Amino acid sequence: MGFAHRHLLGIEPLSPSDITCILDLADQYVALNRSAHKTSDVLKGLTQINMFFENSTRTQASFELAGKRLGADVMNMAMQASSIKKGETLIDTALTLNAMHPDLLVVRHPNSGAVDLLAQKVNCAVLNAGDGRHEHPTQALLDALTIRRAKGRLHRLNIAICGDIAHSRVARSNLILLGKMENRIRLIGPPTLMPSQIDEFGCEVFDDMREGLQDVDVVMMLRLQKERMDGGFIPSEREYYHRFGLDADKLSHAKDDAIVMHPGPMNRGVEIDGDIADDVTRSVIQEQVEMGVAVRMAAMHLLADNAKAHAKKGTYV
Amino acid sequence: MKTLFTNARLIDPEAQTETLGWLMVENGAIAATGHEAAPQGADETIDCKGNCLAPGIVDIGVKVGEPGERHKESYASAGRAAAAGGVTTIAIRPDTSPAIDTPEALEFVKRRANEDSCVHVLPLAALTKGRAGREMTEIGFLLDAGAVGFSDCDAVVPNTKVFQRALTYAKSLGALVIAHPQEPTLSAGASVTSGKFATLRGLPAVSPMAERMGLDRDVALLEMTGARYHADQITTARALPALERAKNNGLDITAGTSVHHLTLNELDVADYRTFFKLKPPLRSEEDRLATVAALASGLIDIISSMHTPQDEESKRLPFEEAASGAVALETLLPASLRLVHAGQLTLAELFRALSLNPAKRLGLASGRLSKGAPADLVLFNPDKPFVLDRSTLKSKSKNTPFDGQRLQGKVMLTFVNGEKVFG
Repeated sequence: MGFAHRHLLGIEPLSPSDITCILDLADQYVALNRSAHKTSDVLKGLTQINMFFENSTRTQASFELAGKRLGADVMNMAMQASSIKKGETLIDTALTLNAMHPDLLVVRHPNSGAVDLLAQKVNCAVLNAGDGRHEHPTQALLDALTIRRAKGRLHRLNIAICGDIAHSRVARSNLILLGKMENRIRLIGPPTLMPSQIDEFGCEVFDDMREGLQDVDVVMMLRLQKERMDGGFIPSEREYYHRFGLDADKLSHAKDDAIVMHPGPMNRGVEIDGDIADDVTRSVIQEQVEMGVAVRMAAMHLLADNAKAHAKKGTYV
Repeated sequence: MKTLFTNARLIDPEAQTETLGWLMVENGAIAATGHEAAPQGADETIDCKGNCLAPGIVDIGVKVGEPGERHKESYASAGRAAAAGGVTTIAIRPDTSPAIDTPEALEFVKRRANEDSCVHVLPLAALTKGRAGREMTEIGFLLDAGAVGFSDCDAVVPNTKVFQRALTYAKSLGALVIAHPQEPTLSAGASVTSGKFATLRGLPAVSPMAERMGLDRDVALLEMTGARYHADQITTARALPALERAKNNGLDITAGTSVHHLTLNELDVADYRTFFKLKPPLRSEEDRLATVAALASGLIDIISSMHTPQDEESKRLPFEEAASGAVALETLLPASLRLVHAGQLTLAELFRALSLNPAKRLGLASGRLSKGAPADLVLFNPDKPFVLDRSTLKSKSKNTPFDGQRLQGKVMLTFVNGEKVFG
């Protein structure tokens, strides 16, 4: 089964078989990354530009490493520091970059939909590395790969997503992906951090951790996005930790073999207890980082293949 | 000079009738109408061939880019667009740059409009200086200079005490205040209506309840002050009972809505299409249907275009950052005819909301087909289908959400004071 997409802008347009296709290839790259010789020449001769309009260390490093392992020429552009400060619009920036003929464009932007807009204006493959509160598809894919490897399957699991759902693109992408793969999803968090009509997305909503975590297989914690809040969503961090922070007591309501995930960077003592985060028997947080590189390699590999195939047929101008 | 229109479907919003007949124009005014044999002695006879002849549209709340943003819309281009859309009177908004908040600025606008526009232009003035919501403008001087109403447009006066004083002062002069009912802190930063769609797209959203809360405050202030008040856009089901109560309690309140909120819903935004970014944002389908029903029942009085020209640069941005508003002078009639074709309104009801009610609210003699009224007329074929191509619009800005859409209804001729301005 093939993966017939030009861009990776979100999980929403993907089918379950698309998702499986990426994860299967990513599994191979996990093996490659663990071997002594970590490189391949799948993207040899191709140019990858990472455009981050929002601060990121982890995701940008992961994309950069993924591209380099596959032999691409990788360039990082720190966009907050450059042209937008000079008043250039996103479209102009896109056209400027397009003239440099990149093959893969990895974009993170603080506005929802900005990466879609940019993808309309360039003729290379675009990967969404997070846009506003909309989607963060590679994060959802790496989470899915982590779950599949830890649990042996990616369906009929009880999965709890906990914390700041409203500001989280990770939550949206995960909700869509895990729903497409037919899992039971619970969202747990204070009602002020739940987006409107979220219950219509086919999930159960809880505002009590102990109740929500009952018998779940996977606990996904989210970072409290203080930088996206303009005040008044929660009374204080200590009350948030008391009611919604993951500690041993709350985790004891989940299944005994439940895994704990976090997209990072963590606020220890705010949404997660440090001991839980470091407990190698429960926490798969380090595996998530490892899977991230593999999933990004797989996604870029598939998109580059499609671009090459279409270039041969002349489908893309 | 006598002009006779024969064989016309006369849309009379006062009598709420739609009949075949003739209409005589003499010296720029309507001299007579009838259904029997047409009279003789006209200098010119126009055979309407069974098409609709209606009072020209009176559009409350048109933005023209003068002063400040003439590249988006000038009086000349707005006039041409209005004439092509069957709009014979435009009440222009003061949300220009700078705002029209002094008698001098109003004089400038009136002079520019008279020089360049082929339709009637009536200026609205800002209610507070710079539309900043702190101090009221010189309402008395502005009335003397010709302001037909006072509005801060989409800027809500957040300080209730300031708004109360402005309403009290306006009341003493009999001035009409046009407000934008919206709770300003709830709606700050929002670009869509909250709900499943907003959540899916991850866009900052405002609850439709913010409109009800804004209206509730304003209605309470009307009870205190007795001012003449018009709500520019009522777009949600939840605001309607509050509006109905206010009317039943005898307050001097009318309400409008925009053609976009009557014909589009939040899902039309689809993949972040910024031409569908409006203020207030497009609502759910339930809200749209409730608004249409309120219009048909007469609870909502007026349809306006809320014509807001924006250039490509201010729209080709990420959705949250893009400018709000759409041009609609030319699409106002064909788009609102969708409601007629859907069986939700009669033509006479439509023109009650497009022509008669806004004319009444502004104290104009136009907006009707009665003897003595100015011969501001539109002749149109209500059924003619077409696909809108935005590049053909006469507005300088082409930001219409109806680009590429199928519409029915074409304006054939437009007359202002008996003079042909389009066709």
